[in-house]
Amino acid sequence: MKLITAIIRPERLADVKSALFRVGVTGLSVSGIRGHGGEPEIIEHVRGQRIVVEFAEKVELRIAVSEAFVEPTVAAILTAARTGAVGDGKIFIQPLERVIRIRTGEENEAALTPLTADQVQARALQEAPVQGTDKLGKTP
Amino acid sequence: MNETGISAGDTAWLLASAALVFLMTPGLAFFYGGLVSRRHVLNTLMMTVGALCVAALVWAAIGYSLAFAPGGAWIGGLAWAGFQGVGGEPQADYAATVPHLAYAAFQGMFAVITPALIAGAVVGRMDFRAYLLFVALWCVGVYAPVAHWVWGLGGWIRASGALDFAGGAVVHITAGAAALVAAAVVGARADVRRSPLRPHNIPFVLLGAGLLWFGWFGFNAGSALTAGRLASLALVTTHLSAAAAVLVWLAIETARAGKATAVGGATAAVVGLVGITPAAGFVSPLAAMAIGGITAAVCYAAIQWRTRLNLDDTLDVFACHGVGGMCGALLTGVFAQQSLNEAGANGLLAGNPKLVLTQMIAVVATLAYTLAATFVLLKLIGLVLPLRLPLAQELEGIDRHAHGEAAYHEATGDDLFDPAV
Repeated sequence: MKLITAIIRPERLADVKSALFRVGVTGLSVSGIRGHGGEPEIIEHVRGQRIVVEFAEKVELRIAVSEAFVEPTVAAILTAARTGAVGDGKIFIQPLERVIRIRTGEENEAALTPLTADQVQARALQEAPVQGTDKLGKTP
Repeated sequence: MNETGISAGDTAWLLASAALVFLMTPGLAFFYGGLVSRRHVLNTLMMTVGALCVAALVWAAIGYSLAFAPGGAWIGGLAWAGFQGVGGEPQADYAATVPHLAYAAFQGMFAVITPALIAGAVVGRMDFRAYLLFVALWCVGVYAPVAHWVWGLGGWIRASGALDFAGGAVVHITAGAAALVAAAVVGARADVRRSPLRPHNIPFVLLGAGLLWFGWFGFNAGSALTAGRLASLALVTTHLSAAAAVLVWLAIETARAGKATAVGGATAAVVGLVGITPAAGFVSPLAAMAIGGITAAVCYAAIQWRTRLNLDDTLDVFACHGVGGMCGALLTGVFAQQSLNEAGANGLLAGNPKLVLTQMIAVVATLAYTLAATFVLLKLIGLVLPLRLPLAQELEGIDRHAHGEAAYHEATGDDLFDPAV
């Protein structure tokens, strides 16, 4: 089992979510965060004064998956979150010691797959056919 | 009109105008509140509300009398203290067609917003009690005398022939100059160099500017004191000046940084309204556009200059109201036309360059007196109360310490990510 933490652009969240659902990864947590990476700092102007905003808004996804799902998850995030410009984010993968579903007490692999995974995946495949990020027009 | 000479139309307009000017103070609260950080917004709102209440009482108790009761060239008398003898009969020297009390109430709204303006210079760090005491003393020691000079019967600036339709000197130059002194005496924010001012709620800023613009129709057109030709002129000039100021400001911003900002637009509207205030009933609509545009450019430059100093007039009260008020007062001397208002005078463009000099004397006198008197008042208050919060409380946020409240409870952590924090 692995814990996958992905930092992505906020505006890519909808596409990343669809891509994850399409590969059957339907359990995830999302939080809004700020961070500093390699991208140019944001400049705001207040009454003619420049303000450098050093921390850019990002979205953090946390996904616990069994070994078989690690590569499909990474591939889905890479395809849907990449624009090719600096600031697309990072994916961190860490080993996961133990998972417990609170409702039943099930552990590990049994606790990982959400009950409705199949339906969510089927709906996602129906609603949005597989698509890449080519249309964004940013050169990788 | 009945036998006492009271006009129902004029009275209705003046009472409505008083209510419009009142609304400017809550409007100002949101204009200022949106500009500060989320840890200071409640205190910023409360300073404005506090000024409103303190100044309202002080005005009725003694301020109106010192400003308008019969007296000398420098200060009015005490005959109307506590609004004694200020009743339903008109006071023909000021406004012949409305009850005296309506006039006193209308003037009282001006006395409320003027000290509230000063709060912008000291947001986030001034002791709340000291601030309220300052408002009370400043109304008596600065606002009332200057109002007497400019508008009071026998006041020396009024006698000199200087024009101030709705308070360019009385309201805006005094508030701006006092802000400069308050920023210097109270001192800069502890983290002023490290943490630039980043508005926490720009929609508040625009909401506040919108309310100010709306209320300013009462401020300027109400100052006609009659519901007729002059009020119409003042309303139109007020509107056009603000609109021109916004467009000029946005053009300057676009030329310099490539972006027309919302905070810039809101600031420019206020600046354009300040600029036209002394001129509103004396100049033509076309001149009003010029006044708005020129004032916007001058105030924009003043803000750039101020931010290079160590002086932390945090919300640029001096650069907007002080400089804007001076600019408007001088431009009144340029653009005034007696053909528009027989109580006015001809200015430079109408062949009377002397009016510019007269206006300049009024500006310099108002500025000098306000700087000196405000300094003395703040030093006196400093003897009995601390002027500012202890450093640790200031850094943690004045809302928590002065009011025991927080404006926002959601744990967004937005504050953590402010630039350079």
